[in-house]
Amino acid sequence: MLDAPVGRLEGALGQASVIVGLEARKLAHDPTELFLRAIQPALWLVVFGSVFSVIHAIPTGSETYLEFLTPGILAQSVLFIAIFYGIASIRERELGIITKFLVSPTPRLLLVGSRGVSASLRGLSQAVVVLLLATALRVPLSFTVVSVGGVLVAIVLGSTLFSTLSMIIASLVRTQERFLGIGQLLTMPLFFASNAIYPIAIMPAWLRPFAYGNPLTYLVDALRGLMVPSGGSLFPVAEDLGVLLAITLGLIAIASQLYPRLAQ
Amino acid sequence: MVPTAPGPAVVACRHLTRRFGEIVAVRDLSLEITADEIFGLIGPNGAGKTTTIKMLTTLLPPTGGTATVAGFDIVREPARVRRSIGYVPQLISADAQVTGFENLWVVGGLYRIPRHERRARAEEALERMGLGPVADVLVKNYSGGMIRRLEMAQALLHRPRVLFLDEPTVGLDPVARDAVWEQIDRLRRDYGTAVVVTTHYMEEADRLCERVGVIHRGEVVALGSPAELKATLGQPGATLGDVFTHYAGHEVELGGAYREAGRTRRIAARLE
Repeated sequence: MLDAPVGRLEGALGQASVIVGLEARKLAHDPTELFLRAIQPALWLVVFGSVFSVIHAIPTGSETYLEFLTPGILAQSVLFIAIFYGIASIRERELGIITKFLVSPTPRLLLVGSRGVSASLRGLSQAVVVLLLATALRVPLSFTVVSVGGVLVAIVLGSTLFSTLSMIIASLVRTQERFLGIGQLLTMPLFFASNAIYPIAIMPAWLRPFAYGNPLTYLVDALRGLMVPSGGSLFPVAEDLGVLLAITLGLIAIASQLYPRLAQ
Repeated sequence: MVPTAPGPAVVACRHLTRRFGEIVAVRDLSLEITADEIFGLIGPNGAGKTTTIKMLTTLLPPTGGTATVAGFDIVREPARVRRSIGYVPQLISADAQVTGFENLWVVGGLYRIPRHERRARAEEALERMGLGPVADVLVKNYSGGMIRRLEMAQALLHRPRVLFLDEPTVGLDPVARDAVWEQIDRLRRDYGTAVVVTTHYMEEADRLCERVGVIHRGEVVALGSPAELKATLGQPGATLGDVFTHYAGHEVELGGAYREAGRTRRIAARLE
């Protein structure tokens, strides 16, 4: 009855791949959401970015404001999509679909981790939109193999992090109304207490510790370090990714304990 | 402990109990179910049927007692229990946003059916449930009966030893209900799968279950074959509904809180 180690690894990969694949199939059958989601970052870049570039209100050193802003807006759209990912789990709880996953022999850690990773498909679609727009706006971005690969890794990590946080909230509150309330409550502080649209250096002193404790800061910083050739990032990219990975793993461990509550 | 049923027990509950705060949803439940029977748990909404099934399928930990399913302890060996069972919940377990085949493909992966076998098994299961022609149609376009049959196909894909069905016919029209029961019966004949089913339709339980446990306010108040239970009343022409009234002290249709009622109607609405 005991599986061989190789068979177990293969089985676990199979479980993870169908969970991620399911998300891909859903998006392929109905991509409306992806198009709707692209509107907001477009407005931020085209309207907000262009205006603030012209008036030079935000000091960004040697980079133009649009160069500074592009990674921030990409990180923001990743956050905004991922933080509401948990609502799908609440809907699945109400329908009953969640039990299908929880009665299956998929280990809880793998289940939650794979669902988190599957949420990054939406985040990746945003990357395509933001990068195309930025190119159209003639923002000089780095397009080397390393930088593009690094951006993909950072987006997968950031999406998994925030969508796992979202699943934790969903497991705790269990109703759509409360979930939406908390989601709304979280997004703005995470966004504004980060280096997404202005540097930490210009923040008031009391806000800076929050910015350094905010995972979004490390996602923005990693993307900035990878995408903007003239730099302007606070930490080495490897450090940013390390912080994101550590937080993600911690959140997955917590979520795997709480997620089964959705079937009770 | 003396077994109460002939043959090896595939489900054995020992003093199984579940409390939610002050409320005792299932109280000291002890019973055995054998490998070759269709066993019905009958009772009104809110009697504790779903809570019992959730404990046996490892979704909800018991607060007292334990049970073995397919020989594995639900508390100590949940992973092994999960590998041995199939479950069709009272609510819906098929994803409306993908096709019938895709639903089965995902389930096949979750149960670690190797890729090279998965497609053939999924197609076979769809054929078996009469869903071959709609395999590539999005499930949101399925009828209620088709959804239930797809869910049964999902629950059977890995050939479980025990199949748990929680109110499988709620919200279905009589034709679809008969089709579901026909599948349950065929399954047991072809694969020897033990079936544990909950229902509050007494006439269904009477017709199709070898043995039933009457559950009322979290306790099993009567246990036996429908014929045996009806005989205990000593009145000719007694129905299983009469048995329930006798043991539970009131009509079947009473009971069931607002939430339960809302839930049942929502399922019915979704399945239409």
